[in-house]
Amino acid sequence: MAHSHLLQSSFIPTAPASLRRRGVCAAPVRQRTHLIQSKIREIFMPALSSTMTEGKIVSWIKSEGDKLSKGESVVVVESDKADMDVESFYDGYLAAIVVDEGLSAAVGSTIALLAETEEEIALAQSQKPSSASVSVPPAANNDAPKAAEEIPTPVAAAATPAVKASVGALGSAVHPASEGGKRVVASPYAKKLAKDFGVDLRGIVGSGPNGRVVAKDVEAAFAAAKLSGGSGGGATVASEAAEAKPSGVELGSVVPFTTMQSAVSRNMVESLGVPTFRVGYTITTDALDALYKKIKSKGVTMTALLAKATALALAKHPVVNSSCRDGKSFTYNSHINIAVAVAIDGGLITPVLQDADKIDIYSLSRKWKELVDKARAKQLQPNEYTTGTFTLSNLGMFGVDRFDAILPPGTGAIMAVGASQPTLVGTKDGRIGLKTQMQVNVTADHRVIYGADLAAFLQTLSKIIEDPKDLTL
Amino acid sequence: MFINTAMFLVRTPNGLKTAIIEGDVVGGTCVNRGCVPSKALLAVSGRMRELQNEHHMKSFGLQVAAAGYDRQGVADHANNLASKIRSNLTNSLKALGVDILTGVGTILGPQTLKYGKGGSGGTAITAKDIIIATGSVPLVPKGIEVDGKSVITSDHALKLEYVPDWIAIVGSGYIGLEFSDVYTALGSEVTFIEALDQLMPGFDPEIGKLAQRVLINPRKIDYHTGVFASKITPAKDGKPVQIELIDAKTKEPKDVLEVDAALIATGRAPFTQGLGLENINVQTQRGFIPVDERMRVIDANGKLVPRLYCIGDANGKMMLAHAASAQGISVVEQVSGKDHVLNHLSIPAACFTHPEISMVGLTEPQAREKAEKEGFEVSVAKTSFKANTKALAENEGEGLAKLIYRPDNGEILGVHIFGLHAADLIHEASNAIAMGTRIQEIKFAVHAHPTLSEVLDELFKSAKVKVTSSPVAEPVSV
Repeated sequence: MAHSHLLQSSFIPTAPASLRRRGVCAAPVRQRTHLIQSKIREIFMPALSSTMTEGKIVSWIKSEGDKLSKGESVVVVESDKADMDVESFYDGYLAAIVVDEGLSAAVGSTIALLAETEEEIALAQSQKPSSASVSVPPAANNDAPKAAEEIPTPVAAAATPAVKASVGALGSAVHPASEGGKRVVASPYAKKLAKDFGVDLRGIVGSGPNGRVVAKDVEAAFAAAKLSGGSGGGATVASEAAEAKPSGVELGSVVPFTTMQSAVSRNMVESLGVPTFRVGYTITTDALDALYKKIKSKGVTMTALLAKATALALAKHPVVNSSCRDGKSFTYNSHINIAVAVAIDGGLITPVLQDADKIDIYSLSRKWKELVDKARAKQLQPNEYTTGTFTLSNLGMFGVDRFDAILPPGTGAIMAVGASQPTLVGTKDGRIGLKTQMQVNVTADHRVIYGADLAAFLQTLSKIIEDPKDLTL
Repeated sequence: MFINTAMFLVRTPNGLKTAIIEGDVVGGTCVNRGCVPSKALLAVSGRMRELQNEHHMKSFGLQVAAAGYDRQGVADHANNLASKIRSNLTNSLKALGVDILTGVGTILGPQTLKYGKGGSGGTAITAKDIIIATGSVPLVPKGIEVDGKSVITSDHALKLEYVPDWIAIVGSGYIGLEFSDVYTALGSEVTFIEALDQLMPGFDPEIGKLAQRVLINPRKIDYHTGVFASKITPAKDGKPVQIELIDAKTKEPKDVLEVDAALIATGRAPFTQGLGLENINVQTQRGFIPVDERMRVIDANGKLVPRLYCIGDANGKMMLAHAASAQGISVVEQVSGKDHVLNHLSIPAACFTHPEISMVGLTEPQAREKAEKEGFEVSVAKTSFKANTKALAENEGEGLAKLIYRPDNGEILGVHIFGLHAADLIHEASNAIAMGTRIQEIKFAVHAHPTLSEVLDELFKSAKVKVTSSPVAEPVSV
């Protein structure tokens, strides 16, 4: 739902154009010719009882773009006592929904914007605060690559033929009764999904009886539309919508940090007070990749494998798992908790795999999946993301070969992992060979971890990864 | 006496010699084509919906593997139930000494009738009192062609011969609503076609809105209101069912739907043809037999036909099985020498969707209209099932109970419930209305905890009545 306005705008080609027009010269002219200034009004979360402090939106009765009359029910709000219909106080159009269904807002806060005329709908939408801090990230497949190691390229490849097919079929709905594409025959659920996803039914080829558009056709079109943004093939389909990247960025605007972004910023600034140094290492991953292939079917992920390997290496080098809390002592942690950096919509979080050295790889993988789901749903508890003793950050899925990470405060070291790539190497016996190698780079606090400690740790880690039989113990 | 729906017959131990003339199957619509099979199907759909609601199951900590159904098994459950009840009923009747005469009944004159294959033949009999209870059949508006396969009525639907992918239901009253519950639970998508501007027009509007939010919006159902289906052509040669929609007011063509099946649920028409009513000078009004408040039949001159009664759907007063039953009991009382007038406002009604809807008495608009005319104040009390422990334990907090009452004397004007077991909960309220119990008396009654009945307890306790009950019988305001 959070992206619905974007998808909608891509199918109403006039919307961006009117925005452009308005920006240039329409505004001043308007004010002179119209006596009454049209306004964008806010719809507030009402106090439905004397004890209510916040309310949850149960459902929006009207959708963005719908006409509203004064006294008409717009939204259903759940108070501490019961569900109540909230009416609109003005005539106009529901221009933008600020708080979506299922989310809560404080009494008095803005939950939607009402535009008095249809033209102002687009203006109101631009006023809508982007990425509200309470928004639930859509279950979009664009988050998947960043969170888990499972590379989505096979998925994208499979989707592109589908995209081309749906783009080609645009406007030529093969339906005997549709009278050459004028009338759409779609099942009730298909219509509902199309409305929720903001997909135009006219462009969808129906696979139901007599060419009827059914729910799965709409779902396929939606999935294709989301991915086609980057494929470049779809001229009309969502090409103006953002590519599969965090969208909602208004160029030239100033957007304040969300709570999470403020926390990240604070931590990064704090890290400037710590004396750090970096040590890099190249590790051959052929054996690890082979192991991964073997146990992948059991639900094991690469992240879990790396975390386990790191934890086992840390067990042999406890000083790398220590931190300097007060500037004058070593705090040797009793647990090895590997925090893995995960990018989520609008931020970054580090779910923690506790006791990674002690837990077997299968439980670790399961736990990791659980943590990722919770992270995406913004439901991680503090003890699930603040208790890390060593951090792992992986940008390998983007093809990054090496980078160095900033040390999170309160820990001693963070390891930045790059992509594993086939590399030409010279072997000891003077031959040339091909090995899959990845570069890791550890940033450490030199108050507690010295060069030799770190180098020794990396040597151990490299041995574990190159001979990974211990990982499955 | 001759009766066709035998629902209440088992309750006539007054020593009257009784016979039933049955032209079809014992039990009539209720047992064979109505209440019984539909509730069987709704029981299936309720469970199916629960099992498929993964989110709901998860909230209990349950995991259910993909739930599926066998259509024949479901249909058999309904059919077997109907057969069982039919044979139970027949046996009960026999045990009571009731004669079951098979054939079509025709009235020849006061206290005389015949039964047989219809037409000129048949056996003539006399009876001291005659009760007409011939019931109703599904109403099929003109322009609609029913073929029993792709365009069906509730009679066919209850046999559940197949489950269509997409079914249009013409009529959004309780029959259409119950069927939408069954079909969507079994995997179909539904489109409602409603002539009035509001869906579920018979319900209290507030309940209707909530019902729409829970029973229609989240399900695979869409709707067209303010339209008539002027023409429905059954599916033929691979072409789907065609439904032509016209605007209900302007009669202009609005749309054409193509669906896999259409269910006609536009109401029921009284079955009063061929009863020989002309022999006693009785004229039907839109098919209904005119009766007074004591169910006595009124002839074309406005005079009561002696010893002739009509109960149930055939008289159109309240087309519900238990209303027919109550009317029948009222008649039996009268025939046995005791006067009795049935208070229809105390008869509850229920819709067995999931969650259920039930009501007794007046809706809020009806109550306010009456209040304006008669000059009294109307108040409304509401509670949510969210506040009820049992409902929350079942994760079924979605529900509303509404009490419409007179604050000056505590009279209950109407109660409407939407929520889990609403159909069972309504009886406390309907009993109160039947006995004339006032809110100030009933609010001290104790309800077991934790039960859903506490929803009603809350309602009564939250009502603000200006009169308090006293141990001495209070003067009854007339």
